[in-house]
This record gives sequence, C-alpha cells and structure tokens, in this order.
Amino acid sequence: MALSSTARLPVGRPAAKRPGRLRRRLAPYGFLAPFFVLFAAFGLFPLLYTAWVSLHRVELQTSERMDWLGFQNYTRLLADPFFWNALRNTFTIGVLSTVPQLLMALGLAHLLNYRLRGRTFFRVAMLMPYATSVAAATLVFAQLFGRDYGLINWVLSSIGLNPVDWQADTWASQFGVSAVVTWRWTGYNALIYLAGMQAIPGELYESAAVDGASRWQQFRHVTVPGLRPTIVFTVVVSTIGATQLFGEPLLYEGNSGGGISHQYQTLGLYLYEQGWTFFHLGRAAAVAWVMFLLIVLLALLNAAIAARRNRTDR
Amino acid sequence: MTQLTQAPQTSQAPDKSVAAPRRSARRARSPLHGGPLAYAVLIGATLLAVFPFYWTLVAASRSNSELSGATPALTPGPNLFHNIGEALQQAEIGKALLNSLIVASVVTAGVVLSSTLAGFAFAKLRFRGRGALLALTVGTMMIPPQLGVIPLFMVIVKLDLQNKLPSVILPSLVSAFGVFFMRQYLVQALPDELVEAGRMDGASLLRIFRSIVLPVARPGMAVLGMLTFMATWNDFFWPIVALSSQNPTVQVALKSLGQGYVPDQSVVMAGTLIGTLPVLVVFGLLGRQIVGGIMQGAVKG
Repeated sequence: MALSSTARLPVGRPAAKRPGRLRRRLAPYGFLAPFFVLFAAFGLFPLLYTAWVSLHRVELQTSERMDWLGFQNYTRLLADPFFWNALRNTFTIGVLSTVPQLLMALGLAHLLNYRLRGRTFFRVAMLMPYATSVAAATLVFAQLFGRDYGLINWVLSSIGLNPVDWQADTWASQFGVSAVVTWRWTGYNALIYLAGMQAIPGELYESAAVDGASRWQQFRHVTVPGLRPTIVFTVVVSTIGATQLFGEPLLYEGNSGGGISHQYQTLGLYLYEQGWTFFHLGRAAAVAWVMFLLIVLLALLNAAIAARRNRTDR
Repeated sequence: MTQLTQAPQTSQAPDKSVAAPRRSARRARSPLHGGPLAYAVLIGATLLAVFPFYWTLVAASRSNSELSGATPALTPGPNLFHNIGEALQQAEIGKALLNSLIVASVVTAGVVLSSTLAGFAFAKLRFRGRGALLALTVGTMMIPPQLGVIPLFMVIVKLDLQNKLPSVILPSLVSAFGVFFMRQYLVQALPDELVEAGRMDGASLLRIFRSIVLPVARPGMAVLGMLTFMATWNDFFWPIVALSSQNPTVQVALKSLGQGYVPDQSVVMAGTLIGTLPVLVVFGLLGRQIVGGIMQGAVKG
C-alpha cells in the first residue's frame, strides 16, 4: 500500500501541472455548480416558466397538455370578484399583521438592548414561536379563537364583554389570522432589530445624553435613524411574507376557501383553490404571476419611500 | 441595502469591548439600564410567547368534552397518552415523523454542503461573473418560492415523483439564503492569508477546501444547519401540494388531522404537540445558538 502510493506521486505531479492553470481558472465554477445547477432547475426555471404556463389552458388531471389562450387567464382573473376580494383581504391582513408586529418588535428590541438580568432567557423565550410551524400555530390559535368554547371568548365574557365571532365576522376573522402571523414573527423581528441596535456606536447615545436628550428623544433621533436599513429590510421581507400568506388562512377554520364567505381568503389561498381544488393550473399560474408583479411593485415602493426619507432627513 | 454585503460580526465586536467601560461610567443616567417597567413588559411578552405552548399541552391532555365546557380547563389533565394514541392512529403521524426526519436531514445536509461550497467561492475566489452571479443569488432571495410552484408541480408529475419524498427534497436541496449566509460568514472568518498559504504549498482548491475552509466554516455551517432543519421541518405549502395524507410529512398530517368532519380538538392538539416537540427539543438545547445565528444573519445598520 505505502509502496504504491509513493510510487505514483512523482508520476502524477508533473502531468498535473500543465492543465493546472485551466483547472484553476475553472475551479471556482466547480464550487458553484452544485448550487447553480439545482437552483436553475428548481428555482429559476419554474419561476420563468410560470409566465408561459399562465398563457395556456392547463388542467391538473392532464397537465401534459397545454392549449394557447393568450391573456385570457388574466382577463378572466380581473373579472372575478373573488380575485379582488382575495387581493383586498391580502392587503388588510397584511397591514393587520405587519404593522403591529414590526412596531412591537422594535419596542421589544429596545428593551432587550438594555442591561438586563436574564436577557439570554428573554431572547430565547421570545424566539420560541418561530420554532413552531404554521400548521401547529394556526391549529392552536384557531382553538383559542373558537366562537363557543374558545379561551379568548371565555376571557372576554368573564370580564363582562360580548364574545366575538372570530370565524364568521370579516374583521374579527382577519384579526385572528393576523394574530397567528404576529405571534410567530414578532420575536424573530425583535432579534433582527436588536442586532441592528448593537451596531449603533455607543458614543452617539452618549453625546445625545450630554445634549440633554431624553430616552424617547434618543430612541427617535439615534436608534431609529441608525436602524433605517434594518427597518427597510424587515418591511420588505414581511411585506413579501404577507403577500404569500397561505397556511394560516387555510387552517384557521379548516376549509380551503378562506371562510364560508371567503372573508379571509388571501391570494395564496386563491391560487391554491384555482389550482388544486378547481384543477385550473393555467389560471393558478396567472395568479402567481400577478402576485409576483405585486411584490415587485411593493419592493419598488418601499425603496422609493426609503430613498425619499433619506433625502428629506438631510 | 448596501449594508447587505457588510461582514456580519465586524460591527458588533468592537462595540462590546470598547463600550463596556464607558457604559458603566455613565450608568447613573444610562439609557441602557433596564428598570422595573422594562422587566414587566418583557415578562408579559414572554408569557404571551409561551402561553400557546402551555395551552397545547393542556388541551392535548384533556378530553374533548372538558374543552367544550362552560369553564375551560386551565391545567393539564390525565388524557395525554390516550389522545396521542388517537392522533397516531388517525393521521399516520408515526410515518409522518419519520418522513419529516428524512426530508429535513437530507435537505439540511444538501443546503449546508452546497452553500459552503458556493459561499467559499463567492467569499474568497476571483472569477469572471462573480458580481453578477452573487447579485442573482441575493436578488432571488426576495422572490417567494410559491411563484414557481405550478411548473414545479408539472415537473414532479412528469418525473412520476408525486406523493414521494424526493418531490419535497429535490427543490429544497439548495438555498440562496444559505449561500449568502455562508459567504458572509467566510468573508469574515476565513483570512485570505490562510487560503494563500495553502496555494503556496501547492494544494489543490479541493484540498484547501477540505483541510482549511471546512474547519473554519464549521460554526457557520452548524448555525445554517439548525436554521435549515427547522425551516424544512416546518415547511407547509409545497409538501401540501406534492404529498398526500397517505405519505405525509408532519405538517401535512397536521392539516388532515385539523380538517376532519368533526375534529376532536384534544386529539388535534395532541398531534400538534407531537409535531412541534422535536423542534422544541432542538430549540431548548440550542436556543442560544439559534438566537445568535439569527442575529448574525441580520442586516446591520
């Protein structure tokens, strides 16, 4: 064994030298290949192909067959009141979940940034909801929000308030769905903000304190501006998340239509319904592409707002 | 967004070491010292974060009639094992647990390996098209995977993988976030000199990767692995589309458990408990590292 390996060495080395340069130039691509090959096949290609599928009639049972339709899937979509309903719900649920979530996360991060006993404990505890799945969290909340035997209504009536129909009422059910999202993601966002806060130099607070700034003023004029890139990042990420909300409304009441009168059906759920309840994959693809355009639009809007705020601040 | 390319820890480390003595000097009026109010709010938030877990345990250990009483039960009862048995029977949860374990393990291994390879190339190697490829990777992090779901489904049908585990594994084997995460980690953690030294000694790139990069990358790989495992275990949308309740992952099984005609709530909660427990155990053991990992991957101002 030892003999053969030492014998091979002097032969192998000079031979490897000449193609070595080419190999060295190509080597980085070798490192990237496993990622990009799979990424192209299962990430980029489907994304672009969705647009092509959306121009055809494709049914789930015969998904091999594609009949050209042009923009019919889209015109049909725009004429469907349930599409507009889903769009509106996605927007309201998005606002109901994203805004309180990020504001609370900001406040909690500020507190977690204090010198505290047991701050690791608090950080870990607050991240715990992140460890649950959409399915598990929604099933638990659906029960807590139950109309007749739910804990929340029990608490409401025991303090003398009227119970709320968290399932059938439009606003209440949308609030319930948003509560699941908010519960799962607030702690996560708080940690993202905390990381950003720790990158703000302590001297800034010091000089603000010397100038007589109160805690609130320090928060407003040092912390928030220092966090701006992080805030933009979380707003973009949670807006995108809200646009594709799916599991929460699907499991909130155990019916795939998003409530009896579609009162909390989101675009994600509408897409699923078109594709896998009604078997219209082509139409579902059109929904997907509309969602994509919506996300691009929202990202551009976010970027524009961030850019304008930067200008006015100077 | 320019901060995206900034190295993860650089800004954090000096802040801690330099600011510590100064902080104590201004402690008298320090805005960074938590008062009783801060503790009260944080304890309240902690209770809100933890209560649903406690409630899952309560509901999973009671009978359905106890849950629908006029006064709901607030403490755990004696029916836990009975309900778990029911859940195991109703929704193939045993099989689902095994399936989820297989899927999450294979996906984690794939993501960690492919991300470390590509992250190393992006962090330390010069080559044509580097900037463009990196921008492509980062850019697609913003695009929701749902949008490709229809062609993906058609491909899976064509390959006859529907309702089989590879249909869930294959599309998740690589992650743009993972590549970006490992790049950020290695830019910071791996000194250029170390790679250069390896080159001087005539080692091939693969050899450098094995004996220099991998040992340095291990902590980052561990964090990425934990995050990937959790995300894969909890993934919902694609498994629902690709698998059926005959061969489910845990999340698919939970869905069918919750959508029976008259779902027995305590059985549903027992299933939820079983499905969540493995991740909670991981979280209990490694919570601190997971927190650190998320903060490391965050965008710094």
